[in-house]
Formats: sequence, C-alpha cells, structure tokens
Amino acid sequence: MNANNNRMYSYYFLLPAGIIYFVFFLFPTLMSFFYSMTWWTLTDWEFIGFENFITFFESPSLRIGFRNTLFFAGTAVTGKVILGLLIAVFLTSKIRNKDMLRSIVFFPVLISAIAVGATFGVLMHPTDGIINNGLNLIGLPSVDWLGNPNLAIFSVAFTDIWRGVGIATVIFIAGIMAIPGDYKEALKIDGGNTFQEFRHIILPLSRPAMNTVIILALIDGLRNFDLVWAMTGGGPGFSSDVLASIIYKQYASGFYGLATAGNVILFFFVACIAFPVFKFINRKEVDL
Amino acid sequence: MKTFSWVSVSSALLLSVGLIGCSGGESSSSDGGSGGGDEPVELEFLVADSVNTRGLEAVAEAAEEELNISVTFDIRPGGPEGENVVKTRLATGEIADMMIYNAGALLETINPTRNFVDLSEEPYMDKMMENYKETVSFGDGVYGVPSQSSNVGGWLYNKTIYEELGLEIPETWDELMENMQAVKDAGYTAAVGAFDEISRTQIPVLADYYNVQKLAPDFAEEYTAGDAKFADTPAALRSFEKAYELGPGGNDFYNEDFNATTHEQGMAMLATGEAAHFANLSNVLPTIEDNHPKQVENIGIFPQPADGEHEPGFTVWMPNAILISQSSENKEAAKKWVEFYMSDEGQRIFAENFDSIGPYVVEGVEIPDDAYAAVKQMQPYFDEGRTAPALEFVSPIKGANLPQILSEVGGGFMSPEEGAEMYDQDAERQAQQLGIEDW
Repeated sequence: MNANNNRMYSYYFLLPAGIIYFVFFLFPTLMSFFYSMTWWTLTDWEFIGFENFITFFESPSLRIGFRNTLFFAGTAVTGKVILGLLIAVFLTSKIRNKDMLRSIVFFPVLISAIAVGATFGVLMHPTDGIINNGLNLIGLPSVDWLGNPNLAIFSVAFTDIWRGVGIATVIFIAGIMAIPGDYKEALKIDGGNTFQEFRHIILPLSRPAMNTVIILALIDGLRNFDLVWAMTGGGPGFSSDVLASIIYKQYASGFYGLATAGNVILFFFVACIAFPVFKFINRKEVDL
Repeated sequence: MKTFSWVSVSSALLLSVGLIGCSGGESSSSDGGSGGGDEPVELEFLVADSVNTRGLEAVAEAAEEELNISVTFDIRPGGPEGENVVKTRLATGEIADMMIYNAGALLETINPTRNFVDLSEEPYMDKMMENYKETVSFGDGVYGVPSQSSNVGGWLYNKTIYEELGLEIPETWDELMENMQAVKDAGYTAAVGAFDEISRTQIPVLADYYNVQKLAPDFAEEYTAGDAKFADTPAALRSFEKAYELGPGGNDFYNEDFNATTHEQGMAMLATGEAAHFANLSNVLPTIEDNHPKQVENIGIFPQPADGEHEPGFTVWMPNAILISQSSENKEAAKKWVEFYMSDEGQRIFAENFDSIGPYVVEGVEIPDDAYAAVKQMQPYFDEGRTAPALEFVSPIKGANLPQILSEVGGGFMSPEEGAEMYDQDAERQAQQLGIEDW
C-alpha cells in the first residue's frame, strides 16, 4: 500500500461511530470511574476517595460472590465447550432430520433468561417439581436443588449450560463445516476411523470456533446476572450470589456510589481474566 | 490530532445539549395546575402492586365529581425492586404527581425534604395522630399523610386447628413453641415458611420489637446513636434466636419446601387449614379474603410473645404515606386532592371501602363493624396501650440485607449470633451511606 491509498478515505468518516462510541461507552465508563469514588445519590455527590472500594471488599458476601462467579464461569465454559462440541459433531454427521435437530438444540437460546429461570425454578421445586418427582419415581430421594445453599449455584450453572449450549453448538457446526473435505478424504484413504477423524481433524481444526465459544461463554459467565436473579435471587441467604447480583443489591438499596465501585471492580475482574485467556488461546490457534 | 479534537468538540457539544435538557426539566416545574373545577386535571398516582387500592379508588371517584380532578393509578412492583423504581424515577425527574411510599426509615432514604411537598401548613394536620406525624416529619416539614389504617406484625393463626387441638393463645414464647409442637404432632404444618418472598423472613425479628423495647427501653435511641447493637443487646439478640428456633436449625416447624414456597402459597396453606401459624403483617388479610373469601373469618392474630417477662403486645407498622412530588406540574391540584382525602367525607368514604387491617391513625376514623375478625382481636391491645411502633419508625437505621440474613438464620444455615453480627455490619453500611454520624 502506498501513502495515497491510505488517504483515500477521510478520518471524518469515523465520526458518527466515534461519537456513538464515546457517548454511550467511553463517557459512561469514565464517569463510572469517577462516581465509584463518590458518595452519590444520583442528584448529589461527595468525593470520598477509595472508601466505597473498602466497604465493598468488606461486604460479608463478597468472598462467596467471587468464588461463585469464578465457579459459574468455569462450569459454564467447560460444559458448553464439551457438550457443544459433541452435539455439533453429532449434528454434522450423516443423520436424518438434521435441520430439525439443529433447530431444537438452538431453541433454548431464543428464550429469555428470566423465562428459563422461572421455568427451571418450577422444575426444580423441592416437593412439586418434575425433576424430584422423576427421582422419586425411580426410588431416589428428593433433592432441594435451589434451597440447599451448597447446591444452588450448581443448579443455576446447569441451567445456564442448558440455555447456552445452543449458541456453542451453532458456532462449532460452522467451524466443523468450514474444514475442507480434503483432510477427511485423505484420512479415509489412509483407513482412519471416526474417532481418529475427530481426534486428528475435527478437534485441531475447529480450534478457532472453540476459542470463540470459550471467550463468549467466559465473559457471559463472569457477568451473569439474569439467570441467578430469576432462579435464586442470590439465595438462600447469600449462597448463590455472584458479583453482578451483589452489585445489583447495592444499587437497589440506593447505594449508587458503592454499586458503581462494584461495577468498576467487576470491569477489572472480567478484563483481568478475559484478556490473558484471549491472548493465551489465540497464540495456539492453527491456520487452516 | 485535528480529527481527534473534532471528535471531542462535537461530542462535548452533544453532551452539553443533553445536560441542558436535564437541568431544564428540573427547573421547569411550575406551580401551574388549576383544579378549581373549571378545567379538568389529571393526576398520576404511583402505587405498589401490593397496595389495596379499593379505598383510594372510591375516594378518587368522589373527588373527580367534587373537584374535577381525576386520578390514574400507575402500578409499580413492591419491595426493594419497587423502591428502586421510585429512586430512579425521582432522580430522572419522571416521578408521578403523587405516590405512596413507606413512612419512617425508608422514606428518609429518598430525601423527602427535597423531593416532596411540605404539608405542615395544611388544615388537616391536627387530625393526624402524633406518633404517625413523627414518621413523616423531617426537619421542620411534614411530608405525608397516611394512605390506610395502621397494621400489626404478629402470628396469624388458623382458629379451626386451634379449636380442634384445644389450644390457647400463647402468653409466652415457650407456650407458642408447645402449641407448634402440638400442631406438628397432629400432622399439620406448624408454621408457614414462605421464604420465596424473602421480605417476610424478617417478621419474627421485626414483630419482636415490642418485646425488645419493653426489656431495653433505650434500644432505639442507642441503636441510632451507634451505641447499641443487635449482637450485644440480649433482648435484641433474642429476636434472632426466635427466628432460628422456628426453622430446621431449631425445632423445624416450617413446611418442608419453605425455601421455594411463595407468599401466595403460604397464605393458602394457612387459610385452608394445612398450616396453623404464619408470622406476617395484618395487611395480608385483604389478599387472603380475595383468594379465600370464606376462610378469612377463620384467621386470628396474636402478638409474638416474650419469655414471660411481660404481657405480649403488638408491634405496629405505621401506614405508608401519600406524598406529593416537588417536581409535579399539578402540585395545587394534588394538594386539593389530598385535602379532600383527609376531609371527614374523604376518610369516611375511604374507611367504608377499604378493608381495615388495623386501627386508623387519623382522629375520628373508627374500625367499621364489619372488619375482619383478626382486626377486632387487635383492638384490646390498642385500648390497653400494649403496642409499640416497629423499629424502622423510631430509628432511621435499617440494613438492606436483613431478609437475606434472616433467610439463612431461619433456614438453619447460620447461627443467630452470626446473623445478628452480620446485620450490625449491614446496618453500619446503611448508616454510612445515609451519612449518619458516629457509625
């Protein structure tokens, strides 16, 4: 490229997008850094330095919140990658009703998280829920899925996997379909079986798809709020609180400065995890 | 570089336009509004979905004929979610002309002196009972009028089960425990646990305040000053212990699925005779009547007893307040409406149509003869002075996480001592955020 080519379009073309980016993203973000250091009632503010951050870190449920957030994100990523990949391999193989099955797998993605949460809340009801009734039917004892503080976050994570695996599957299907047929042909000529095809062709060559799934699921999991709120409200007590639900509760109590400080913490928390992971997995990407 | 400066200049311009727009909205609130009968005025009235509007609707109908001021009710969610709606709408200047909000500690959190119209000069002020006025007074102003009758916190109980098992109204906490054990042994649910509606987990502690203030008369004052805490005041800690004793950590009196039971289901359990007790506020009676019209007369109420140091008495919840927004464009009309509501005629219409859930706090307004049986049961306590306002009406400090903490204590996952300590920390944060000194 020569210098002339670079000047073909004026930088002014960036202006509309730039303004929108500034007004709706950069400006609020910078303002939130400021307000996180204030005592703020939405109409008044008073600068108090890092006091909000200290208060936030002293919050009794915060340790549970960090642990649950990490656990939730970890489970969601693992579950979505493994299940998504397996379903995608199945749905790209030679089976009947492929299109219909793909639609069915994708269907949960279309339902709002609140509706999914409410539905699973009913399914997991300790005495009337269909899951426990099923367990009882085959002679197993009932489990208090959402009412047991040690179990609640598992139940929510499971529901999140059910809801999000459709997206993962679609991304994996696209990745697998993009693998050139030559490789498979070569494998067949060499007499490889299905497992070898999966191990040596599909797995390494769907790497870009997998990276996308990991990053999306990770960020989604770290900032999950709607599903937790709809299913347990962070309860029983604080046992299934994640960072986002803790922040929301501060906001709901009218502690706007404190809630903003929580959001700044969440922002850095997600950034500190997502960027290194992104770097790490991109380094391992294989060119097709 | 040049490009960059253009971006910043134009976006700064855009922003300042936005900011001017905001401040314009605030200052443009003029005191217009006729409402003298010539031009019809329409007022927006923001109420929580849990509010029984029967009385208000009847008053609104009469007011429309009398004053040519019509009212449209705008329904918001109740609980913390609804408080959030109110706070956000106040901050963005989108609040309704009139609204109903808690009196006392919660009202203080939304800055009444700035957001609402001072009514202290209005003619009906003298009719409001002094102990109610205190809960809506801030600085020199009085900002609200009662939106209904008062109501009490205590134990609703099913009379049929009590008769069947030959039980008496308990005078001490041990007697209550014995009653519950008897109910449990008879195969009924001893006490409804409806922890899905998390705010109700607080009742065993909040309704115990009558006992706390009997045993530690200075608690509210010292608590507000930061000198007394729940964890180190035995009488107050006892409330947490009571909450613990009810649940699986103690005597396990709740229904098995208490964590997932909704408030509605809990009320049905009590009304249909599946369960014998439910710690609740008497303001749930109209809802029980709506869903179980035949059974509501079968429900009685008694106060949460102490350990025998004194006779039981009720903890009273002051009615929520009707407030007029400072930013309303129809302030005069709203004032006229409230004046009509507070007039003898207005209060008569209200009491006739509203299902009283406790004694009124406006002078001259009596509980009608056809009130709920449970409400009539309260009257002797009021006549004998065995009542005290709940802590949130005598102290501005109320931590936001009490429902969560008590769902852990009541669920048996946390000891009462831990719960009380955690709540003291929570209240401390509330005090800091409210800017109260000494905490």
